[in-house]
Amino acid sequence: MKQILEIKDVSRRFGGLQAVNKCRFSVRAGSITGLVGPNGAGKSTLFSLVSGFVRPDSGEVLFDGNHIEKLSAHEIARLGLRRTFQIPRELKQMTVLENLLLVPERQFGDQVRSVLLPGKRVHEEERINLQKAQGVLEMVGLGEKAQHPAALLSGGQKKLLELARCLMADPKLLLLDEPTAGVNPTLIRHLMSVLRRIHASGVTLLIIEHNMTVIMELCERVIVMDRGQVIAAGTPAEIQSNKEVLDAYLGGVSA
Amino acid sequence: MIDYLIAILIFAGIYGFVALGLNIQWGLTGLINLGQVAFFAVGAYTFALLSKAGVPFLLAVAVATTLSGVFGAAVAMFTPRLREDYLAIVTLGFSEFVRLVLLNEKWLAGGPDGVAGVPRPASFPGLGSETSFLIVTALALAFAFWFTRRIERYPIGRTLKAIREDEGVVTSVGKVALAYKTKAFLLGAALAGLGGAFFASYLSYISPDMFGPNVSIYVLAAVLIGAQGSSVATLLSTALVAALLEGTRLLKDYITFVDGVELAALRLMVLGLALIAIVMVRYRPGRP
Repeated sequence: MKQILEIKDVSRRFGGLQAVNKCRFSVRAGSITGLVGPNGAGKSTLFSLVSGFVRPDSGEVLFDGNHIEKLSAHEIARLGLRRTFQIPRELKQMTVLENLLLVPERQFGDQVRSVLLPGKRVHEEERINLQKAQGVLEMVGLGEKAQHPAALLSGGQKKLLELARCLMADPKLLLLDEPTAGVNPTLIRHLMSVLRRIHASGVTLLIIEHNMTVIMELCERVIVMDRGQVIAAGTPAEIQSNKEVLDAYLGGVSA
Repeated sequence: MIDYLIAILIFAGIYGFVALGLNIQWGLTGLINLGQVAFFAVGAYTFALLSKAGVPFLLAVAVATTLSGVFGAAVAMFTPRLREDYLAIVTLGFSEFVRLVLLNEKWLAGGPDGVAGVPRPASFPGLGSETSFLIVTALALAFAFWFTRRIERYPIGRTLKAIREDEGVVTSVGKVALAYKTKAFLLGAALAGLGGAFFASYLSYISPDMFGPNVSIYVLAAVLIGAQGSSVATLLSTALVAALLEGTRLLKDYITFVDGVELAALRLMVLGLALIAIVMVRYRPGRP
């Protein structure tokens, strides 16, 4: 079984708080893996450490077999490891489509000199990127919103937009930070089917999620964190009956 | 009267370069720059010294523009983590630094005496020097406008706008935000330098006291009135600011109850009030 992501004894301290403490687990290529744990367990910090937004104090992170713990965020993104944010960070004053067109790498039109040259090459490039963006928007169900300012999307649609922005880059591994938080139940069903489709197209998913229904239905493996450490890992069924996990969530009152 | 109109148009054009540059930095990319006059000064002095040394007009303009751009890129690279008020203070400080160097380093550009006898480009046959200069300024401004308009509409403009909204997102999609911020500062400073070259050439005399912070504030007002981001609006509002600043001089023939000094203060009051009124109308709460 090939591991696409290996996290080895990663630690990070913020002042007096040991946010992530010798955290260690791996994610199998082609899987949907859940990352759960009570608030403050260090899940989101771990995402920031893996995606390069925050540097680990110690430990190793391997993506596709390569060390990435010392790379900067944009370099890690270019390798095909993309993340969404817990609170969606849509570019409000830009349209949904523009949010996606930002993504493609090595755009000729992204260079200053393209401005001084005849526009043909840029227009051709934009046409191709536009087609791709439309396709991605159709896939996540935002096709009709393409020309809307991103600020006008609902909370759930913003989550979809974040997802679409990642998909524009044909990622290998997606880190999704609470994709269904604050999303209405109908849209959660839709989101889950979108996630399944993304997975079916060959993308590995690592999902932070508090909604246990989502975790149970989607994930083949669940990792549980508490106080910066992994306290359990296994199938959703195993996790549900694990005493340590219940203790962590319920504060020692065992069910 | 027509001469005076031509002079106002030339000044408006010169400020137009500077404002278009600030619009790339602030309007498009969200990088506040309270020291745009520094790059204007670098352009003006570079042009003045080169063209006095016999360098041809176009070459001197090109070098002045480039050198200002280099200064802009340097400021951006030394302030990678600064935003908003911090960047505002640093850029303001930088512009004062440039002015004080020009004022005190006599060997460099004459210190407080400034540089006199800066040549103008040759006039077109059959046209006066003023009219010719207006035409040259207008042509250069048209090019600068075309350039900034394309920046706005091209993918690079999209990336700059994205930085204005959320730099983290730009990083998360695999782009180096600092590289784009440096480019934005470079281009904005280069345009200010271009304006500076025309300024020196038009006035034929420059001195450090012409490059105080008020120049930065005037163009800041122009970009603010232009609602940050559109080159068209920036140029129109620059013309408006120039008209308010210069045009109100004409009032002295009609307003007899104030003397010259009071009128000078009155002009700035008019500009300030106009700015407040426009901002109140344009930036109402609830606008996206």
